[in-house]
Amino acid sequence: MGGSASLIPRDLLGEYQELTFLSKQEILLAYKRFSELLPKDERENGWSARVPKSQILTLPELRANPFQHRICRVFSTSDTRDDSMSFEDFLDMLSVFSDSATSDIKSHYAFRIFDFDEDGTLDRKDLEQLVNCLTGQGEESRLSSEEMEQLIQNILEESDIDKDGTINLSEFQHVVSRSPDFASSFKIVL
Amino acid sequence: MSQPPSITLSVPEGSESDGQEPSPDNERALHTSFHQLILEQSSLIEAGLELELQERSRESPAYLAVPDARAVAWPEPGQSEEHPSYSPATLQILASMPSRTIGHSLGAIISQYCNRTARLRRQSVRPPLQQLCRTARPTLRQYDLETDPASATLEEKWRQLVKELLSLPPSQRSHVLLTMPLHLEEKRNLRRKVSGQRVTLRQHTHHWAPFSSCAWSKFCIVLGCRGLWYRLLSLLRAARPWHYALKQIGGRFGSSVLSYFLFLKTLLMLNFLSFFILLAFVVVPQAVHPPASVSPPPFTGLELLTGGGHFTHSLLYYGYYSNITLNDPCSSSPKGSVCPLAHPPLPYNLPLAYLFSIGVSFLVTCILLVYSVSRSFRESVRSSTEELAIKVFCTWDFKVIQRRSVKLQCENICTLLKELLVERRSRSHPQSCSQRLGHGLVMLLAWALALGSVSGSVLAVHFFLEHMHTVQQEQQAQDSGRWQQEAVLLVLPLVVSLLNALMPYLFNFLAMWEKQDSPVTQLYVAIIRNLILKTMVLILLCYQWLNRSVTCSTECWETCVGQDLYRFMVMDFIFTLLDTLFGELIWRLILEKKVKTKRRPEFDVARNVLELIYGQTLTWLGILYAPLLPAVQMLKLLLLFYIKKTSLMRNCQSPSKPWQASRMSTIFNTLLCFPSFLGAAAFLSYTIWTAHPSETCGPFRGLETIYESGKRWVLVLEKSNPNITWFAWVYQNLLENTSLLFFMSVALM
Repeated sequence: MGGSASLIPRDLLGEYQELTFLSKQEILLAYKRFSELLPKDERENGWSARVPKSQILTLPELRANPFQHRICRVFSTSDTRDDSMSFEDFLDMLSVFSDSATSDIKSHYAFRIFDFDEDGTLDRKDLEQLVNCLTGQGEESRLSSEEMEQLIQNILEESDIDKDGTINLSEFQHVVSRSPDFASSFKIVL
Repeated sequence: MSQPPSITLSVPEGSESDGQEPSPDNERALHTSFHQLILEQSSLIEAGLELELQERSRESPAYLAVPDARAVAWPEPGQSEEHPSYSPATLQILASMPSRTIGHSLGAIISQYCNRTARLRRQSVRPPLQQLCRTARPTLRQYDLETDPASATLEEKWRQLVKELLSLPPSQRSHVLLTMPLHLEEKRNLRRKVSGQRVTLRQHTHHWAPFSSCAWSKFCIVLGCRGLWYRLLSLLRAARPWHYALKQIGGRFGSSVLSYFLFLKTLLMLNFLSFFILLAFVVVPQAVHPPASVSPPPFTGLELLTGGGHFTHSLLYYGYYSNITLNDPCSSSPKGSVCPLAHPPLPYNLPLAYLFSIGVSFLVTCILLVYSVSRSFRESVRSSTEELAIKVFCTWDFKVIQRRSVKLQCENICTLLKELLVERRSRSHPQSCSQRLGHGLVMLLAWALALGSVSGSVLAVHFFLEHMHTVQQEQQAQDSGRWQQEAVLLVLPLVVSLLNALMPYLFNFLAMWEKQDSPVTQLYVAIIRNLILKTMVLILLCYQWLNRSVTCSTECWETCVGQDLYRFMVMDFIFTLLDTLFGELIWRLILEKKVKTKRRPEFDVARNVLELIYGQTLTWLGILYAPLLPAVQMLKLLLLFYIKKTSLMRNCQSPSKPWQASRMSTIFNTLLCFPSFLGAAAFLSYTIWTAHPSETCGPFRGLETIYESGKRWVLVLEKSNPNITWFAWVYQNLLENTSLLFFMSVALM
């Protein structure tokens, strides 16, 4: 890790420390893991290179996660919408999923991850896709259509405050704030 | 906690002409007007989106699959060329729809944070009450006071945000920057702009007075110290013990099994604190000045098991410690005469040190436990876990990374959701009277059986104790070999550990027969039954120990009790190992080879945590009689960590029952604090206040009670230095008044 410390300029490291919820060791570890995803010739300039999505998804922390595509889409700042991630996007992701991130930020990004059609609200289609992600891809472990209907109805009854048939960010944050387990389960540690 | 939504509304002109705005007191009217507004705007959106979709389908059918409303939500200036049919005004309205853009559009985020910083700034500078107009009341429009996002472009919004950030104090500024949900690149730009402007501002301010050399060196020292402190903190954070092991466990088994290992780590830390205090103030001074005693018998391996033999007259037990003031030059001179020495070396009153270090270690443990209980209690009280929405949004554990475990987690969530849905449906069709009666009868019978078995085991232990005493007396009369005597002493811990190991399986059978509705209740019932069993057995044993002076073979009954507790701890450890071996390894082999299923045994978290609590209670009970017992417990916990982890990885599968991590950890911390620690503290206080120490051994020999040494010290203090009578008064009233202690502990909570 000492070697990689010299590859990030010191003031940049300090800036990253100030603007994310990560500590210095976590940032250096993230840099080490990120540069391992790059091809060998690009490794010196790791903090300005972009890693394609397929490479990011080989990380063990994201490999089996059902929300991997959404996570890459939400945190990627690529202009070409190909979900490739730069080192700063990677740090963003780790910061939001870290131990010390506030519940506010976590619920903000959780909302964006669960918003599959990216329209700014969680409507019935989003909720259906979310439940399907949660219960897995196997045929036996999916809910039947009546169960899905009942589930979505119950969810909307409990969380939709303005009764417009969708859940917006404030309603989502209100629901999530009532669960003390959210912050500890919305966590990825390198 | 969620912040109140700062909604950037673009209130259309027409509503103002309708008359007065709905007063915030009239909630329903406000809600309906708000609701109407949203309905109107969302119908506008749908119309807009429909048109957009039609346009899109004309342009490129490939995009139809993913309607990209993002392009609508971001009011870039260049967008008007793409959608020539929409005026910028319409685009702006669509873009700033509250339900669509909060938390998603960049512009909305910026405006939201603009308002937030403005509110922060206003909080610090509040106008005095007299200046407020009588009719001023909070309206929805006030959210729009600083910025009017409908007309501002993105550039203007950035500038506004930078201006707001500059007006905040620096600590709040960095905190606001940190908590903004923007991309890191944008945050860096913002920070550069803010700090860049700060630099220019500084150039315009007046020059600071030149530093004097004294102030400059002080400044350098402060900076150097602070740098050193930060480096130390970062070192501490980097040296996280077991970080990778815990990540492996959490990644494969989830939060429930992880909570057991975190609990183990907490116990290790508590024991380390007690051990450190006792080591520094009691063990090391005594080790440096060993008392003149008989040479101990040679060391054989059996001492590790029985705690006797070579260990009897060693630092491990109470009996070894002397009751004199160590290093005291006047110890040889008669009482009352003046000490002739000019340079007295540091005298060290060992009995006092013994008493006080035990007291301090208990106090420190108490404070830490109460603090952790209150912290986790505060968090878990908020949860209302019957809500499906919470289950769907918050149950996915992102820490689980292994493919197999992820699949299992999916199955668990599916089962959980199906169960909850079935429960919801059955709630609308409640059970008939006869079914409920039958179920209640079964429950009553199961509880009667459980309590009956507990009392049966307690009685069995009691009669076994009596039997052991008679056997011991016979052996003493016959003067049989030393090994036989020691072996007999091991039988009681064996029987107790056997009971503690086997009874939970009986309780599991009862629970299977009972068939509770929800698995959470099942878990609570199992915990309560196990707890009752362990508590009853421990109470009986404590009573027996307090009357130990009658039955101990040697003259030093405290060492006897210490040895007993040591044996109990060792036996508990051996049985935990055996339980891991048979319950996990052999059971897995049986399942694989004989029954030929893929299912492996599950790690029963509740039972294992209760075993840890039991072991810790034994340590706390025995700390007075064997000061090195925390070290033994630490060694035990270390070995247990690695053994349990290895067995877990090889033999077990993830749990299939739902687990509310925070509530469970609260329950375990509470159980550690209340029956366990409080019971041990009560036992300790009773011993100190009333038990009669033995005449020939230990630091309190010859006194009426252990507490008397403290009283004598206070009297000596009063005599030597009359100025500190207030301290003596405080000491007397504080410690002797037990009701005061009780109120203090309640207030701590």
